[in-house]
Amino acid sequence: MNKKWILPTLYILFLMLPIYGLLTMSFKTTNEILGGFSFFPQQFTLANYAKIFTDPTWYNGYINSLIYVVINTVISVSVALPAAYAFSRYRFLGDKHLFFWLLTNRMAPPAVFALPFFQLYSAIELFDTHFAVALAHCLFNIPLAVWILEGFMSGIPKELDETAYLDGYSFWRFFLRIFIPTIAAGIGVAAFFCFMYSWVELLLAKTLTSVDAKPIAATMTRTASTSGYELGLLAAAGSLTIIPGAIVIYFVRNYIAKGFALGRV
Amino acid sequence: MRKSTNQKAWWLVAPVLLLVAFNAFIPLMTVVNYSLQETFGNNVFFWEGVTWFEQVLRSERFHASLMRQLLFTSMILAIEVPLGIAVALSMPRKGPWVSVCLVLMALPLLIPWNVVGAMWNIFALPDIGLLGYSLNSMGFDYNFTQQPVSAWMTTVVMDVWHWTSLIVLLCYAGLCSIPDAYYQAARIDGASGWAVFRYIQLPKMKRVLTIAILLRFMDSFMIYTEPFVLTGGGPGNTTTFLSIDLVKIALGQFDLGPAAAMSLIYFLVVLLICWVFYTLMMRNEAQ
Repeated sequence: MNKKWILPTLYILFLMLPIYGLLTMSFKTTNEILGGFSFFPQQFTLANYAKIFTDPTWYNGYINSLIYVVINTVISVSVALPAAYAFSRYRFLGDKHLFFWLLTNRMAPPAVFALPFFQLYSAIELFDTHFAVALAHCLFNIPLAVWILEGFMSGIPKELDETAYLDGYSFWRFFLRIFIPTIAAGIGVAAFFCFMYSWVELLLAKTLTSVDAKPIAATMTRTASTSGYELGLLAAAGSLTIIPGAIVIYFVRNYIAKGFALGRV
Repeated sequence: MRKSTNQKAWWLVAPVLLLVAFNAFIPLMTVVNYSLQETFGNNVFFWEGVTWFEQVLRSERFHASLMRQLLFTSMILAIEVPLGIAVALSMPRKGPWVSVCLVLMALPLLIPWNVVGAMWNIFALPDIGLLGYSLNSMGFDYNFTQQPVSAWMTTVVMDVWHWTSLIVLLCYAGLCSIPDAYYQAARIDGASGWAVFRYIQLPKMKRVLTIAILLRFMDSFMIYTEPFVLTGGGPGNTTTFLSIDLVKIALGQFDLGPAAAMSLIYFLVVLLICWVFYTLMMRNEAQ
């Protein structure tokens, strides 16, 4: 009688098909790929993966990406925490306008900012550093983190703050010792979304780097255009980019959905 | 929540303000600067006034990409929203399958955008890709690098693949917040499935759904990397959306003036639509 499982199953199948295509291709040799379609790899090979793990231009791409993503997540969440507290607890001059202004930055198309960002970060001599990309991604990640954290904080009754102040806690001591542990789940969700958007963004990351901080995504696009059609290698590199995301999802799976559910617009 | 007035709260907001303003104001002012001037290189600029704005607003090329962008955004919203709601409604609420569903569904959201493009490019290649090969062997004439319709369909399906999960996750979160008692009451009253959806589930999902639609609108309106990697804007100009067109003008032809003017118009269009949506939503919430 209950046929509800059919739709999610079909949906997940649809999601997995392109990933399956990518994975099988990563285990094929270039000759086999260009030779025609096959559902399973005929000559199973790990050469594509071996190349990525031994060639520094490839594996450095992953390291670079992870470095700026982590820096960005740390900056975004740590400056967003006090700001979200202010928005959720106090009324102050221009608070609503400020909140909306923050959100408008989430709406700015990165393509609009690519060239000015290049000039700005060249001018302050941060071009081609991990820090440049991490700072640039703050443009859309800080508003998002403030938005999510504000939602979580509004769910905590104000009596908690008042009791702590009566007990003689100073603001910062209360904030660090009591408040932050209370909203740990919210911080996890905010960090997840910052990680996600910084990890998947390419346009700004590519514009702001050339050699030393080149992200994996840029290495891939440049390989695709220069060395002809090494599809197997490209597929292997692509498959590897899925792993960090999958690990992060696994850890926050119970909180992902809540992140936006509690946030308010 | 009752809030107390406290102007010192500005100090808590200051770091955010500084960082975002640094990233937003300076580049925005650069764009405004370019949009009003003409340059022949060497940092020599001439005042041009609103010439570029007039030129962009009159250009057929801009109209065409704006139309394509609007069509694309409405198409993906029309598919993703109902599909997302339907999947969220039929997902299990308890048991071991919940985690499996959530993890697998969230996977596309965390794949770098150029990898999504490359993955679909590989998937859809007519002779060696899984999708392209299957469609062709079933007798469809499919080649997304040459046929505009195929290219469009592939781009839309790719976006559905990529982002429907976001709507599913948000709606699912909304649905999980409905207490069991509501459903029991509905059963006692003999409510039909449609009535349960219309009067219990939909109202509970309304808030997360508006957030989902807003996010999907913003992101799809700014879409660049995925279609750029998948089709490169082609065949011809058929999948050249606003961002792709903008980057072509700014970095390809280095026409800074028109590109800057177009950027500002583009940004204003996004802001205007979001503002209308935001105000409508706030009014709804106040009622």
